Amino acid sequence: MFKRLYSKQNRALLSELVRTDFKLRYQGSVLGYAWSLLRPLLIFVILYVVFVKFLKLGTGVPHYPVYLLFGIVMWNFFTEMTMQSLGSIVGRGDLIRKIRIPRWLIVFSSSIGTVINLLMNLLVIAVFMIIGHIGIMPTILWLPLIFVEIYLLALGMSLFLSAAFVKYRDMTYIWEVILQAGFYLTPILYPLSRITNLTFQKIILINPMAQAIQDGRYALITHQTLTAHKIFQGGWDEIIPFAVVVIVLVGGLVYFRKQSKYFAENI
Amino acid sequence: MSNDTAIKVENVSKTFRLPHDKNNSIKGAVINFYRRKRTFEKQLVLNDVSFDIKKGEFFGIVGRNGSGKSTLLKLLAGIYSPSKGSITINGKLTPFIELGVGFSPELSGRDNIFLNGALLGFNRSEMEAMYDDIVSFAELERFMDQKLKNYSSGMQVRLAFSIAIRAKSDILLLDEVLAVGDAAFQKKCVDYFKKLKKAKQTVVLVSHDMSTVEEYCDRALLLHDGILRASGNPKEIAAKYRLLNLPTKKSEPETPLKLFGDVTIDKVLINGSDEVVVGENEELTVDITYTPKKTKKFIAAMSISHSDGNHVAYYDTRKERKIVGHKGESYRATCRFKANQFLEGAYRIDVDLYDDDLIYLANKPDAARFSITKTSPAKAGHFNLQGKWQIQKN
Repeated sequence: MFKRLYSKQNRALLSELVRTDFKLRYQGSVLGYAWSLLRPLLIFVILYVVFVKFLKLGTGVPHYPVYLLFGIVMWNFFTEMTMQSLGSIVGRGDLIRKIRIPRWLIVFSSSIGTVINLLMNLLVIAVFMIIGHIGIMPTILWLPLIFVEIYLLALGMSLFLSAAFVKYRDMTYIWEVILQAGFYLTPILYPLSRITNLTFQKIILINPMAQAIQDGRYALITHQTLTAHKIFQGGWDEIIPFAVVVIVLVGGLVYFRKQSKYFAENI
Repeated sequence: MSNDTAIKVENVSKTFRLPHDKNNSIKGAVINFYRRKRTFEKQLVLNDVSFDIKKGEFFGIVGRNGSGKSTLLKLLAGIYSPSKGSITINGKLTPFIELGVGFSPELSGRDNIFLNGALLGFNRSEMEAMYDDIVSFAELERFMDQKLKNYSSGMQVRLAFSIAIRAKSDILLLDEVLAVGDAAFQKKCVDYFKKLKKAKQTVVLVSHDMSTVEEYCDRALLLHDGILRASGNPKEIAAKYRLLNLPTKKSEPETPLKLFGDVTIDKVLINGSDEVVVGENEELTVDITYTPKKTKKFIAAMSISHSDGNHVAYYDTRKERKIVGHKGESYRATCRFKANQFLEGAYRIDVDLYDDDLIYLANKPDAARFSITKTSPAKAGHFNLQGKWQIQKN
């Protein structure tokens, strides 16, 4: 599969699909590409006013505004990628019914689009870090690995969802509810330290997204962040979130492969 | 598989599950699972089809709407996978099935060229190199920065075609290319086909247009209701296809005639069968078997209609010696005629029986069919005029 991924045809197709998606996304909007920077900025302003100024949720957490925004950016990366990939196979039904292209390429191209968006968002984070005088720590080197983890989790989920959506159109609604629940079960808005029960903390950190967000904040913003490593204290259960990622990825791949033979007739 | 075979199709069947009710929800799936009720029916679109295509062959697939030819092409392209049987492809295949696949109306013509090129396997630099040629071939230089949705349908087809003919691979799959476009565009299609044929390119062409199939294909196959009816010489295949396309007129005439049931028409055979395909130099024999219920003299008549609905000939036994038909006995009226009196096309024979006073007694519409393969030199119309020309200077 990976050898085929690098064939000339696939690379050409991938780059055109990504370009097309990107061009179409901001089609007809006045500000165009600027929206991919403006959106996280505006969200940040809202969050800042509500959670930092009104609710004062983050008292005691250093650089809480950026801490909050960074969590949102990581969560959004996962959400956007899965939501966009979910409809990608059905959305490209015209291609799938009429042309023989590797099906996974479609999911892959929509995931690349989200990665580009993530890079823009990280640019905004960088600007706020400079404004907030947050020093860069050597642990920043861990950041790419953490994003790879989120990417693989989201990719596995995307493969599963996009294939399931061909057969069951309820997938969008179900997944929206799950994401909504996940948003509140993941320490994004509130610092994990607000939860005082250790068992609850452990349960929350089984979720790879919670673990990745906490690790990311630890690596980039402040070492005071409670990470899975600190909560599980080096026990064997520390690998559970990573095991979840592997299971989701492999499961998604297997399901997608099995279903992709029938995409053309089921769409 | 031998080395000169490009495509080998062995015992391929394809079944589609057609849901009775659109059931794309989990609730529906759960309920149906609980009830153990099948809410779909299986439709056999292709039934045990086998054939192979040689390298360098221009191969046609013909059949009526719904005969399974597009499904077959999609199976060859790898878009569907067969329910049974196997398909072996020897060489690289263009993934391209129809013109303008993947065109995005919101993108400019330019962007669409690159997207479509990528679908054919060309990367950006290769597309840059042929960009100018594509645009000038499509004659759309002034429109490249406009959105595709502002193109006329003819312009879209021209653009799609100009890109599609760039496809380079061992086997080309083409579906109904000539169905669209004006005369100038069709001329370009014809030139393209000639080029392909000259270059000994392996081509699989699905078409409704028999003249294209007859002119370019080396071999063809005829599908009917998912079954491979015949394969071989494109002229014969085209003639058989025309037979299938004869309008069926099993119903009564517009104004119901009062028929005196003094006789029954038992069977009508043409060259010993219901329908037949013949070349222009062959002979046709029509046998009409009838059994009188009353003893009297009978006149047998056949009316021949062309597939376009026009009535082209009528011929009866009035001139012949009339024999008395005795009640309860069986008689056969036989008529022999040369096929070359008709031009290429499919014809239907309706049989009528009269008595000596021309009282209409019995009829059998659509009793037999025949199809004449392409005559050369090509002539058009219904009537094979056997005249003599003489040209002289005045």
